[in-house]
Amino acid sequence: MNIFVCVKQVPDTETKVVPNGDGTFIETNAIKWIMNPYDEFAVEQALLVKASNAGSTVTVVRVGAVHDTEALRTALAMGADDAILVEGDDSLDSYMTAKALKGAIEKSGKSPDLIFSGKQAIDSDCLQVPQLLAQMLNLPSVSVVVGYEGDSSKITLKREIEGGALEVYDCSTPAVIACNKGINTPRYASLPGIMKAKKKPLAQHSLADVGVSTDDRRVVYSEFHLPPEKPAGKKFDAMDEANQANIVKEVVGLLRTEAKVI
Amino acid sequence: MDFSYNTEQQEIREQTLKFARNEMLPNASKFDQSGEMPLEILKNAWELGFVNTCIPQEYGGVGFTAGDTVSITEGLAYGCMGMNTILMANDLALLPIVIGGTEEQKKKFLTPFTEDYKIASFCLTEPGNGSDAAGIKTTIKEDGDSYIINGDKMWITNAGHADLFVVYGTFDPNLKHKGISAIVVEAGTEGIEVGAPEKKMGHRCSDTRGMRFNNVRVPKENMLGKPGDGWTIAMKTLDHSRPMVAASALGGAQCAYDHAVKYSKERTQFGKPISNFQAIQFMIANMAMKIEASRLLISKAAWMLDNGISNTKVASYAKAFAADSCMEITTDAVQIFGGYGYSTEYPVEKLMRDAKLIQIYEGTSQIQRMVIAKEIFSRH
Repeated sequence: MNIFVCVKQVPDTETKVVPNGDGTFIETNAIKWIMNPYDEFAVEQALLVKASNAGSTVTVVRVGAVHDTEALRTALAMGADDAILVEGDDSLDSYMTAKALKGAIEKSGKSPDLIFSGKQAIDSDCLQVPQLLAQMLNLPSVSVVVGYEGDSSKITLKREIEGGALEVYDCSTPAVIACNKGINTPRYASLPGIMKAKKKPLAQHSLADVGVSTDDRRVVYSEFHLPPEKPAGKKFDAMDEANQANIVKEVVGLLRTEAKVI
Repeated sequence: MDFSYNTEQQEIREQTLKFARNEMLPNASKFDQSGEMPLEILKNAWELGFVNTCIPQEYGGVGFTAGDTVSITEGLAYGCMGMNTILMANDLALLPIVIGGTEEQKKKFLTPFTEDYKIASFCLTEPGNGSDAAGIKTTIKEDGDSYIINGDKMWITNAGHADLFVVYGTFDPNLKHKGISAIVVEAGTEGIEVGAPEKKMGHRCSDTRGMRFNNVRVPKENMLGKPGDGWTIAMKTLDHSRPMVAASALGGAQCAYDHAVKYSKERTQFGKPISNFQAIQFMIANMAMKIEASRLLISKAAWMLDNGISNTKVASYAKAFAADSCMEITTDAVQIFGGYGYSTEYPVEKLMRDAKLIQIYEGTSQIQRMVIAKEIFSRH
């Protein structure tokens, strides 16, 4: 089986995000990059499927800026066989990203049997790329997947819906499967795995190589700014027995007119 | 000059720290309190390649540099200095085999450690001989095609669980360091008596015991080098192990620092976070300086090893500086936490207890200064 995994490299969860100087994007200079945590579930699921299907390969694909190849290196160290990097900037929209992923998968010459990804990236939180990619490749797609069973021809997927209930899908392959937390426990990259990863092939393409141009942009960021600082909270003295009736009146009034929650 | 880590080094650091944060740190307090060896975590660490980093590729190891090794140790000690001691003791015991062993000895004794999680002990210290290691009293006598070992050992890490012991003894105590020899003793050999676990202030999950070798008969081919080579082998071992021990102090210090920075931003007094007060800021700034300086010294000691440059003096700089810094940093971390820092409900008092041992084992901070002074005055 040819298994593909789409990964995104995102700022570490502890990053203090600030807009860049001209407000066109976030400041990316001092960021520590990690693999999008949801994509770790995708890599793990791909490796599990590979392990139960002899002769399978796992190819990991990423679109983004080159400043650091952390996400791809981690995936290779976890056990993926090869990697493809499409060099673009970090502010691509979902459509361009999906189109670049499609181009990269096609350019690999391997016809995909399964494509895994995380359900969303934790930086832009768009939740669009897996569905767009499936549409472009004319494949079925299921997102928020928390259970995977199957062989090479048919798979059964469990998907989380509102209220914690599960939907169960029988899905034909090839398919695009977007993973959620709970589907598996991602393995650590072992140290021998890290040493082996440096010998694994990493193909590099430009956006043009995979058929993406600036005309493909659907979403333009108009501005990045920090949310306004919250004003300090108001304090009321509940122990002030003489004034309790007035205080209650005031609080209820404020909840109604200012906070607008009742 | 280049202070950056390459891609693999970066990845090694990150994966080790991730393991330490997710698997070791959340369990550190539990095993500190119970005093049990966390065998499942240790085995997990072995499976991921964090253990026995000194074993060369020819014998099934990964082939790490000294630079990689100190990064791994720093990461593991971040998770728990005690658990790291258990793991690091393997390297301390296996290094004499890597350094002084023949091809057959390396194959026979090192390879099993790459095939399964096994535990080793380095047996040098005795009840009456710690800093004065050359004064050891354990005797080795020739008897046909065997050697017979007799004597007491003290503070032996992993003794109750070890599959293999590297034992230092002497053919004649009057020869001092010239009589010292190192022999590999496999667990189960008749005459090995292991004492009860010591009750310790810190590193409580590591198993530390006294041992007695009572007419322990070992085949002659288990001797590392020639009779009398033991001292040289031990000293070369320390050149490798001291940067590792320094790195373990650094890992503990970094952990205390991270806790202190986080807590000082959350804790409010006089209406603002205590990180706004200069008294706290200066403590944090001092911690950061000491951590950076420790890391640079350790990196240099490891870099010298990797480049075949004698590192004895710098390894001692690193060990003494990092251990003393770790003690100061963990003490200040407790201070920043105030009353909460003194409680076992919070993580920093354990770090302070653990730090103390690193100033003591593998050559006390005072012995390191003796080594440094000897290097200075013997050359100038």
